Amino acid sequence: MRTSLSLPIFVCEFMTNFLIGYLPVVILFGIALVLSLLFLLVPAVIAPKDPDFEKVSTYECGFNAFDDSRMKFDVRFYLVAILFIIFDIEVAFLFPYAVSLESMTWGAWLIVMIFLAELAAGLAYAWKIGALDWE
Amino acid sequence: MLIAITFYLMAFTAVAAAFMVVASRNPVHSVMYLILTFFSAAGLFILMGAEFIALLLVMVYVGAVAVLFLFVVMMLDVDFVELKQGFLQYIGIGATVALILLAEMIMVGAVYFTGESKTVVPTDPNTTNLEAFGQVLYTDYAGAFEAAGLILLVALIGAVVLTLRERKGVRTQNAAKQMSRTREDGVELIDIEPGQGLG
Repeated sequence: MRTSLSLPIFVCEFMTNFLIGYLPVVILFGIALVLSLLFLLVPAVIAPKDPDFEKVSTYECGFNAFDDSRMKFDVRFYLVAILFIIFDIEVAFLFPYAVSLESMTWGAWLIVMIFLAELAAGLAYAWKIGALDWE
Repeated sequence: MLIAITFYLMAFTAVAAAFMVVASRNPVHSVMYLILTFFSAAGLFILMGAEFIALLLVMVYVGAVAVLFLFVVMMLDVDFVELKQGFLQYIGIGATVALILLAEMIMVGAVYFTGESKTVVPTDPNTTNLEAFGQVLYTDYAGAFEAAGLILLVALIGAVVLTLRERKGVRTQNAAKQMSRTREDGVELIDIEPGQGLG
């Protein structure tokens, strides 16, 4: 309320129009909500349930589970995830560049190229040292 | 009215979910509540007109960071009961960080009430968020932009240095060597006499 009260009238009007533009997204969320609730509720009502100890116990492809599900993982999985996040953020920084390329000065273009070169150097380093190879 | 209701709904969800991140006993539930917090924050950003930031929040935090958190929490070999026992040991440093954060939030709030408050609503309704970013990010904020690039580079190198180990005795695929093989050095045709076998 504070934000909308402290803004001038035309901004308020603009905001309302802007938010009405999000109506399709809200409808989409509504459909997703209804569908996922249906998937939860309908089986609870109509599915036959006859649980016994053996049926609900954990098993691993036909035999009892050997171990706890928490186990030591190869650290390379995290390396892949972290590298993914880094380049994900790099791409995020490039979205404004992509839409405003036409109105851009050469100086701004150069700034983007330096940014890309920084991360390209990182990529080259990771590639050279073998961080992208699995085995 | 619509904006007010949505704002309070989002804000309440964000605060409640953030509280549950700390309060819930199961770390997996904590991460789930963290994702809910991110989503509510993204909703608040959309309410302010900052669509790009909102979608970025969903893409980077929910799409990548929260998944990494879940991965760590669900898969890592950590005994959570044991982890909780050392809780009081870190209360000093934890309280310090919390106090610093609190002071920063108070300062931000004070600026809102006393100084000029800046809105994120684009000044020209015909420009999209993304274009507005493009106009300032690579010119006015070029230094911060390059610094962000350098931080990403440092993060990349740090991650590689910390996690990469040399593996001995693994057969790595050498694509160049594979491609440069010819028929002459790859295949040998031997005419074997019937009933004799090879060698």
